[in-house]
Amino acid sequence: MILLAADGVNVAQNIGFGIIAVFMIVAALNVVTTKNVVHAALSLALVLAGMAAQYILAAAEFVAVSQVMVYIGAVMVLFLFGIMLTRAQIGKEVGLNNPTWYAGIPVAVILFGLLGWVVLDAYDDSSLFANVNDDGIIGELGVEGQQETVTQAISDGVLSIYLVPFFGMTFVLLAAAIGAIVLARKD
Amino acid sequence: MLAANFLLLAALLFCIGVYGVIARRNAVMVLMSIELILNSVNLNLIAFALMQGSIDGHIFALFVIAIAAAEVGVGLAMVLLIYRNRKSISLDELSELKG
Repeated sequence: MILLAADGVNVAQNIGFGIIAVFMIVAALNVVTTKNVVHAALSLALVLAGMAAQYILAAAEFVAVSQVMVYIGAVMVLFLFGIMLTRAQIGKEVGLNNPTWYAGIPVAVILFGLLGWVVLDAYDDSSLFANVNDDGIIGELGVEGQQETVTQAISDGVLSIYLVPFFGMTFVLLAAAIGAIVLARKD
Repeated sequence: MLAANFLLLAALLFCIGVYGVIARRNAVMVLMSIELILNSVNLNLIAFALMQGSIDGHIFALFVIAIAAAEVGVGLAMVLLIYRNRKSISLDELSELKG
């Protein structure tokens, strides 16, 4: 499998990661704290776009393109329609939070402390590119003699070993589409 | 690049999403927080795929994206139904099943 973005320690990659990460964290905090529902949706779009950029930094082009098409293209339109169809007022809104909203702060802080401790304990200084050699070729994947790209490897995986889960997922999508129509239709 | 960068960013986004699920009352905002949580899990999957030199994480991430799209479609349809019946999407007013 040939990676486009992997060549060991790369300063520009770290700087890009930091900038995008700061944007994503600020936008995510805006999603959960703003008083304006439309602003929350637009901040969510910013988080999703930053996530796609991080995927590209992590050499996952196909997942990044899927993220842009599915999330920024489809899910955001669904959210904006949901906001438009369920609320009348424009601008700031009261009563978006529960009366006991402050209970979420200690839960989130303790959870982050726990997760951060586990991550730092297990992966303190392990490199993301431990399996990548100097030619940007990763792991043992690929047929001998010819290396396959990430997209080729994904299609090989989906259409061989993950074929049954793939068909199950298509059925779930069909059922969800029919269910959404049945639920939302006026009768 | 260190793996802990990606994992810590994902953990932070996950916790922000959990806070949003607990703190928000508007059902659409809760669905947005759930999207934050699902996306942070995807970031973890991509980082582990790169660490292990395996493609499986990418495939799992694509499955998660598809399931999340299905989830938000059905979820927003349910929110529309609740709004049509009750003229409100405040989750704390849905207490018929409360014991």
